[in-house]
Amino acid sequence: MVAVDIILSGVILGGIYAMVALGLTLQYGVARILNLAYGELLIAGAFGAYWLYSSHAVGPLVGLIVIVPVAFLANWAIYTYLLTPLVRRAPSREALEADSILFTFGLLFVLQGLGLAIFGGQIYGYPYLRIPVEIAGVAVQANRLVAAAVALAIGIGFYLAMTRTRVGTAVRAIAVDPSAASLVAIDVPRFSALVFAAGGALCAAAGVLISMSQTFTVTSGIVFTMKALVIVIMGGAGNLAGTLIAGLVLGLVEVAVARLIDPGLTLAANFLIILAVLMVRPAGLFGRSA
Amino acid sequence: MPKIASTVAASAVAALFAVGAAQAQDKVKIGYAVSLSGPNAAGAAITTVPNYDLWIHDIEAAGGLKVGDKVLPVEVVKYDDQSSNEELIKAIERLANQDKVDLILPPWGTGMNLAAGPTFAKYGYPQPCATCATDHAYEMAAQWPTSMWMLGTSTMGANSLTEVLTKLHDAGTINNKVAMVSVEDAFGIELAVAARPALEQAGFELAMDESYPITTEDFSQLISAAAASGADTFVAFSYPPDTFGLSGTAVALNYNPPAFYTAVGTAFPVYRDVIMKGNTEGVLGIGGVNPDDPKYQDYAKRHMEVTGQEPDRWASPVTYASLEMLQQAIERVGSLDKAAIIDELRNGTFDTVAGTIKLDKGVNTNVWWAGQWHDGEFHGLAPSTMAGAAEPYAPKPAWKPAE
Repeated sequence: MVAVDIILSGVILGGIYAMVALGLTLQYGVARILNLAYGELLIAGAFGAYWLYSSHAVGPLVGLIVIVPVAFLANWAIYTYLLTPLVRRAPSREALEADSILFTFGLLFVLQGLGLAIFGGQIYGYPYLRIPVEIAGVAVQANRLVAAAVALAIGIGFYLAMTRTRVGTAVRAIAVDPSAASLVAIDVPRFSALVFAAGGALCAAAGVLISMSQTFTVTSGIVFTMKALVIVIMGGAGNLAGTLIAGLVLGLVEVAVARLIDPGLTLAANFLIILAVLMVRPAGLFGRSA
Repeated sequence: MPKIASTVAASAVAALFAVGAAQAQDKVKIGYAVSLSGPNAAGAAITTVPNYDLWIHDIEAAGGLKVGDKVLPVEVVKYDDQSSNEELIKAIERLANQDKVDLILPPWGTGMNLAAGPTFAKYGYPQPCATCATDHAYEMAAQWPTSMWMLGTSTMGANSLTEVLTKLHDAGTINNKVAMVSVEDAFGIELAVAARPALEQAGFELAMDESYPITTEDFSQLISAAAASGADTFVAFSYPPDTFGLSGTAVALNYNPPAFYTAVGTAFPVYRDVIMKGNTEGVLGIGGVNPDDPKYQDYAKRHMEVTGQEPDRWASPVTYASLEMLQQAIERVGSLDKAAIIDELRNGTFDTVAGTIKLDKGVNTNVWWAGQWHDGEFHGLAPSTMAGAAEPYAPKPAWKPAE
């Protein structure tokens, strides 16, 4: 009974975690932008869902239809107009990473400032699908179950698209070696912009799913940036399967520790498995060593 | 030569004083630094900022602040402390030295006020802190004579809760088992530490006693464990984000204990209107108001009119009351002499929107520490010595599922 509860809750939490990290693994692993404003963009998605729900009575799942394309365009614009100059100027991938950290660190404050001006510092949230669903004799929250199911569906769908289509193959080629990719006629700048935008769209979708069961403030983005970074590093940057599995592992471990040992030790457990993974595989579970 | 110099210096100083005195007479400069950004911004935006705005609005509407036989206009200087202690101290130093304000209003929160205490004391500004609750209140009030602790001590919170639960148990509506969870941060820890012996002495048994980190997002495990504990009472010594998280999860998992208590944030209007939307009937929490007090009614109405939001039902009226006290003390003293104002604040008796307040060695003990949502209002229950204390009831009605 407790075991079923832990596995179910762990998979739900892990699915949401994986969703949170999926966009970052694309932005960082493929477009080589270490986006420190990632959490802010996620929170923007959550606020979008809140706004649609509270002032237009549009549920978050329907809201995804509006929010995801908007986020895609916004992130495409950020990459094309703001990040492209950095990409052109950077002599190497490492230099681009450093520049992108500085740029997105600034972007973080701009987005937070805008958010504070519009929404203020208050805590936001809305009641959605707050009903229990019974699975194998265990009650789980419908809102989290739906969020995790949608997250896993999107994650697996994305994984299949990346591994089974030509576009996906091209994207993975860029992740592995951008200069070699351009030799085989892959338009690296254009693909990078699209991948960054897709990452941003996934990020906003994660924000929408999170807003279904959690409260948030304009400044709560940093927590998600951290969590996403941890999962991306653990799974191997740019590796979708690695991100999904790392997210699930993290969720299961957190729930098991919280229930069986002490809720206060979840953070410690978090860092313990990351340490363990990085000691055995420094490039992450599925990462390629440089 | 040195003598001339000192004479010149002395007259320069005298001239400065004269200018200062002349300036102090044509207006009153009021300064404050609160968290407009960072993690504390949510609390400050709900409790502190609206009441500062309302008070300034009220003074301006009255033509100014009465100092002696004059009514002086006020000028406000405000800074964002960015939820950082260092920024807060810098801002207060700046208010004291550069802006040379006559009064400094306290920042938001226990931690920030503890950090600011020495600086307030150094410059001698009164610090009637309305968003601070700590068991060190008496110690701090003795250490910094400038400080006043308007919410009292955490132990009062634990005792008030015990008082309410004892009443419910005596009425036979709850069993003697309590499932308790607490956030691993200063206030949550203080409340839990004080509650353990208080509940035990009252004959309650802790069927569950767990703490969780402040970063917790998923509360399903805590709620499931509480549901399995056999306790009729759920107690969470929580902060607003986890109050909202725990309550939402309890609804989502249909966990319906007869008595459901969450701490900070339960008294927020946003809890009733947005987070729990129509699902607060019977919920117990920290704080409370006496909705039948015409002074409170008038205050709540003006708070809504001026700031566009309702007051929170715990520290909001106390915040406004502390400003009323400041204003009344200035009127009684008849000047902006800070030491005299502090003396009056600490020893006088004040009639405020939060009732009659007389501090005990710098600590306010006349404050609601337990309340219950009933018919859309958060009624103060305990300490039952408070005027207008309502009777608690249990079981609370079952949650309505939110689609």
